[in-house]
Amino acid sequence: MTEPIISIRGLKTAYGSHVVHESLDLDVRRGEILGVIGPSGTGKSVLLRAIVGLKQPTTGSVEVFGRALATLDAQERTSVERRWGVMFQDGALFSNLTVLENVMVPMKEHSNLSPQLAHELAEMKILMSGLGPDAGAKYPSDLSGGMRKRAALARALALDPELLFLDEPTAGLDPITAANFDTLIRSLQQSLGLTVFLVTHDVDTLNATCDRIAVLGEKRVLTVGTMDELRAFDHPWVQEYFGGPRGRAATGN
Amino acid sequence: MTAIVSPDFVLDESDEAPCLRISGDWTVSTVQSVDDALRGLKASRPLTIDLSNLGKIDTAGAFVLDRTMRAFGGSAGIIGDHPVAVSVLAQVHAAHAPPTLAIKADHGMVDMLERVGRSITRIVGELMATLAFLGEVVFTIIRLVAQPWKLRWTSIVAVMEEAGLDAMPIIAFLSFFVGMVVAFIGATTLSDFDLEIYTVELIGYSMLREFGVLLSGIVLAGRTNSSFTAQIGTMKMRQEIDAMQTLGLKPMDVLVAPRVLAMLLMTPVLAFVATLSGIAGGVVVGWMALDINPGVFIERLRTSVPIDQFWIGIAKAPVFGFVVAIIACRQGLSVGGSVQSLGRATTTSVVQALFAIIVLDALFAMFYMEMGI
Repeated sequence: MTEPIISIRGLKTAYGSHVVHESLDLDVRRGEILGVIGPSGTGKSVLLRAIVGLKQPTTGSVEVFGRALATLDAQERTSVERRWGVMFQDGALFSNLTVLENVMVPMKEHSNLSPQLAHELAEMKILMSGLGPDAGAKYPSDLSGGMRKRAALARALALDPELLFLDEPTAGLDPITAANFDTLIRSLQQSLGLTVFLVTHDVDTLNATCDRIAVLGEKRVLTVGTMDELRAFDHPWVQEYFGGPRGRAATGN
Repeated sequence: MTAIVSPDFVLDESDEAPCLRISGDWTVSTVQSVDDALRGLKASRPLTIDLSNLGKIDTAGAFVLDRTMRAFGGSAGIIGDHPVAVSVLAQVHAAHAPPTLAIKADHGMVDMLERVGRSITRIVGELMATLAFLGEVVFTIIRLVAQPWKLRWTSIVAVMEEAGLDAMPIIAFLSFFVGMVVAFIGATTLSDFDLEIYTVELIGYSMLREFGVLLSGIVLAGRTNSSFTAQIGTMKMRQEIDAMQTLGLKPMDVLVAPRVLAMLLMTPVLAFVATLSGIAGGVVVGWMALDINPGVFIERLRTSVPIDQFWIGIAKAPVFGFVVAIIACRQGLSVGGSVQSLGRATTTSVVQALFAIIVLDALFAMFYMEMGI
């Protein structure tokens, strides 16, 4: 196995006196799709924020691409940030820009592409993420929730990142759209060799896309493993998660 | 990480099918250097691509290759083996649609006329909407005042504190300094005629009749107005207003009426404080610069400035407060889904409120003059 693309050791994060994570360890391997699950409020999104540097950890180290973010200067940090794409839970598109302009923002900032090529590439990404060709000219407020997620995915993919962070990509989507989204993520991952860090609640998504699944709980990672390994894992929440009616329906057991 | 090799290509047309032999890394950070040259290539025979020497490739590189193949009229196949390229090319090839975004031609003069027309209809529409809103608010308030137990006293008192009490120091300060300025103007001009003592009348009339209430109105327009619009606008943007309506709560009753009522009650108080501190500013200047003893100042104020002047001024205060609150709430409710519309509504709200206050003050002045008071 190659070196991990994300390596977290002894992470502790806290908001004031409320501790979210305590001595949390997690590795994400290059080229895999890692799903992160856990009951509401166990800090799945906070973990994502800690990895991409939006939340300062209290103690512990987070290394991405083998480099500790906290020790990098601004320029090195930009070069790391250029290699990942983040899709936030509700899209976080810039509301004063059209979808096309949103996708072009990272291209303008971090590449030497000419406006014409950037425009063509952005249109291609929008189509690739499953939006219609007319979506580019629309503003985020004119889009439905599912379309906004697709547009956010197109923006996250703008610079062909090696590492993609997805925060609840299928939450609030209808099952057909969600299934298309799963297929899309899987096919992008296979053709581009992406590594994907996926926070989700959706058992179907886990089943359809993830190579490994990490379960958060009790302020740490309870276990990491494949779907089958997790189903055998002896923990009440994990058992209920996969053994409940929805879990059984999704995994076909 | 391995070093980046800049991309290159050779077009080989020796066989019957042209073949594009590519080398180097074709990624988003490098592909710009070959983009222009590839755009220049065109032929009507399908193109073969030789990937044997290709380094890295991502969707940007694949897109450029795919575009070139389309320009040649299709693909005649791919030579060479590459772990990623074939699937990426297929993926990019699938995500293609004819360009739809036509750039709109610019007709300067016609466009300008169109914009002028749109602006005028928008101003008329805005005016009508404000009047409609005014009617709705008046109706709501009459209905609520008739049933006082339905009034939201907690909100009203909270707004009175936030928009009234908290604004008092700044209004008092401003008015104090304006009082000083007016007194200085009086002192310098009136001393030419040895009539410095008339500074008292100047301060009295101007503060009681105009400045006290006008200054509070202006501060409210800047301070309270923007905060009302931003509060209500954010609630609108986050769908809280929609949530309220589905819960059977009327935004008019819950958000607008308490603010309007609180402002109606607090503006006269603020204007009163402003008037007092303006006079205090005049007294200080009179004492320091003109040797008018404060006792003499107050005594002369009492005898020579009728109390009517105070009522004339303070009567305008509730009107100003009402107008400011209405404009703020209406703009807040007009916010749409985007952050930009919130900014626009806040700006419009402050500008409209300032405009309305100054125009209303002028109208009041004309009205009082015609009435002979």
